[in-house]
Amino acid sequence: MYEINVNGETRKADVDPGTPLLWVLRDTLGMTGTKYGCGIAQCGACTVMVDGTALRSCQFPIERVGGARITTIEAIEQDEVGRKVVEAWVEAQVPQCGYCQSGQVMAATALLKETPKPTDQDIADAMTNLCRCGTYNHIAAAVRQAAA
Amino acid sequence: MNDLSPLDMSLAAPLVPNEGVANLSRRRFLGGAAGALVLAVSLPAARVRAQAEGAGALAPKPGTRVPAFLEISPDGRVRMFSAFVEGGQGINTAMAQIVGEELDVNPARFEVECAPPSPDHALVNGLRMTGGSFSTRSSYDAMRRLGATARDMMIRTAAGRLKVQDSELTTEDGKVVHAASGRSIGYGELAAEALLLQPKQDVPLRDPASFRYIRKPVARLDVRDKSTGRAVYAIDQKVDGMLYAAVTHAPVFGTEPQALDNEPAVKAMPGVHSVHRLPGAVAVAADSWWRARKAVEALKVRWSEPLRDRLSAVSASFSSQEMLAALKAETAAGLPSETEGDADAAFATAAKVIEADYDAPYLAHAQLEPPSSLARFNADGTLDLWVPNQMPELFQAVAAKTAGLLPEQVKIHSPMLGGFFGRHFMYGPSNPFPQAILLAKATGKPVKVLWSREEEFLNDAVRPLSFSRFRAGLGPDGTPTAISVRTVGEGPIARWFGAIFKNPVDSSAVEGIVEKPYAIPNRKMEFLKVPHPVNIAFWRSVGHSMNDFFYESFLDEIAQAGDKDPYELRLALLKEKPRHLTLLKAVADLSGGWKRGPYDAEGGKRARGVAMASPFGSETATIAEVSIADGEAKVHRLWIAIDPGSIVNPAIVKAQVESAAALGLSSALFEQVVYKDGRRQAKNYDAYKILSREHMPEVHVAIVESGAPMGGIGEPGLPGVPPAVTNALAALTGQRIRSLPIANAKLSGA
Repeated sequence: MYEINVNGETRKADVDPGTPLLWVLRDTLGMTGTKYGCGIAQCGACTVMVDGTALRSCQFPIERVGGARITTIEAIEQDEVGRKVVEAWVEAQVPQCGYCQSGQVMAATALLKETPKPTDQDIADAMTNLCRCGTYNHIAAAVRQAAA
Repeated sequence: MNDLSPLDMSLAAPLVPNEGVANLSRRRFLGGAAGALVLAVSLPAARVRAQAEGAGALAPKPGTRVPAFLEISPDGRVRMFSAFVEGGQGINTAMAQIVGEELDVNPARFEVECAPPSPDHALVNGLRMTGGSFSTRSSYDAMRRLGATARDMMIRTAAGRLKVQDSELTTEDGKVVHAASGRSIGYGELAAEALLLQPKQDVPLRDPASFRYIRKPVARLDVRDKSTGRAVYAIDQKVDGMLYAAVTHAPVFGTEPQALDNEPAVKAMPGVHSVHRLPGAVAVAADSWWRARKAVEALKVRWSEPLRDRLSAVSASFSSQEMLAALKAETAAGLPSETEGDADAAFATAAKVIEADYDAPYLAHAQLEPPSSLARFNADGTLDLWVPNQMPELFQAVAAKTAGLLPEQVKIHSPMLGGFFGRHFMYGPSNPFPQAILLAKATGKPVKVLWSREEEFLNDAVRPLSFSRFRAGLGPDGTPTAISVRTVGEGPIARWFGAIFKNPVDSSAVEGIVEKPYAIPNRKMEFLKVPHPVNIAFWRSVGHSMNDFFYESFLDEIAQAGDKDPYELRLALLKEKPRHLTLLKAVADLSGGWKRGPYDAEGGKRARGVAMASPFGSETATIAEVSIADGEAKVHRLWIAIDPGSIVNPAIVKAQVESAAALGLSSALFEQVVYKDGRRQAKNYDAYKILSREHMPEVHVAIVESGAPMGGIGEPGLPGVPPAVTNALAALTGQRIRSLPIANAKLSGA
């Protein structure tokens, strides 16, 4: 039995060691906003924040979570920066199929928490999640807008 | 899927296999040498007959029965049951705009979902499907009329309540208003009574000059949910008592599990419920998907031997290279796909003749949501199925066969798609839902099957590898007088819709090569069908995805051979085609005026290429600007002018064109499904490279509304991009790319 801090609450998860945080969130805790895309930390659909830093949860086993504060997309609007990012996403009409966008919003929020005024290069370096709909330009525009 | 001529459903054989999917091996499902895959219309023949017989059984004309599409709640919100499934193309918003415009309700107050199976929704020439860039153009007139009819029902009901004449009433954003007395009644109060009225046949439509929602960049209905993790996809479905299942498919397509060497040990793994053999796969059901996956990957499976025959099935030595060589080596005559003038005579007298072979690889859809399905048998004998799909009625019929039920006993839920690009048509062994049904039956519990990303890359149905041989004759002035193209391969229409589209020249194999607008007087195009042993699919823009690359690249070769500028040559060949000419000039203007280059720019020399395409009832003209950095093609900017005739939402049109362009660029630069020794090589995004933000160019889109019949939007932005890019590379380096992806070529620096 593991106890982890998700969105400010202590949650219990009776799972095997080695279970990625992604699957604890989705299947054990029923928080399906965080998406499974590739399972090998390539696509970023599963991005969450761990102590405020973007992290691909598909490669983050439960036993390493410890006392870290996990923030998922479900709580993004409770975060001041996250709320601004969501508003920018809506304003720029970023999503198409939307499947990667939870991860994109988490990555953008983590970037802006660390670097409130990112350069284009900062955005390029931080926003590496894949989007099969090709919304990359809209994503960059939304990040710049959220930082403005 | 460019052309769907009107279908007589009553004559169509069922699109479903004649026997239950449960009993079919993958090889038999695909038909094999017998070519026995029977595919047809979405409705079982018996039901079609029932509808054709007797007035009582007659189904209403699709798109006319208001309650099949609309529910209006007391608070005035409109719930719409759309004929189409939302997968990023923005169709839910477009439906709300079209119906909302005529109904007189702000689209923002619509909630749109994919309707359950019903003949009311067969809006694409008597079929129901979300594909072929058909949704808006096929339903636009019907949905306007539906909205107007519903509005009229509100007015008539209100007239009865207010005891006034219909003609004294008007509407105002969800209310019927009696201006003379200042009284009004909201649609929500009227709906229960109004929607039971007999609809009028001849309700007038709104004057387009007064449109408030159509042709406006109305905000998408789903962006907030999709920006906050609240959008629910098939993969997110959950029901009480559900088991999770993971599968491992046969390493060589068409082989079957024969023995499981360690089944007891796997059964004893934590959380494992049961171990199963399925057609072409093994599965583990467990109390979590992670445990199911660990267990199924621990299974030691012995698979049957692959067939040894060369290309009728995937053999142990099959390779994509061998397949391409076979297509090239084929010498049998093809069937004429387009003949005009006398090409043989024109070649005989040509001042110059050029030839070139073009090919493009198998491609994966690589949509970000891995496929899944959830099946639940209910106590009353019915089956609930949550399944990503582009054809609910067909999936219902095949699910019923698989489950041994009647179609009406299967309740199909069609969740939002996490990208599709053609992935969620009926592809036999490439759909997970039959596995979910079989496992739910075997375990007596609801089962959600989810394919890992690796299983998806290994078992997705692929865009066919393609080959065409081009030949052109030029007159003494360098103008092309003749063109011949020999296309060898197979398209997905014949494979999956062969029962209803019987033309032996598969349009999905030759589209982009035939029906070009250019004035080349003598043309001889032929198609030779050579089936692929692998499972093939529709992939965004289908035949256009490679054929426009072939043709438009070769047209640049013609220009070069005739010592002409490729843009000027196109202008000359389109002299009699005002629509195309306008579009070509529009894209040149958008890019600041045509200049081919090479020219100096920041970071080194750049050049531009141009290409046109006529996909899915729309026209496009594309210009790409490229450079070469570290031996790799770098695309800086794309300019795309699109003429879809007329539009519904300019913001969504632009977003879709940009999205299609990104996929086209991705395919041009990187993508390929490679077979070696009977197996696919890439299992995940690390080896199957798709476009990342690093390679995303600026995209500038111009919409030209010529007023021609409405064309498609989801796919047309794609086909012009690969040839515009390779034509630009040729302008930059002199090197002609005739085989995709570009990453396979060694580029000679700028």
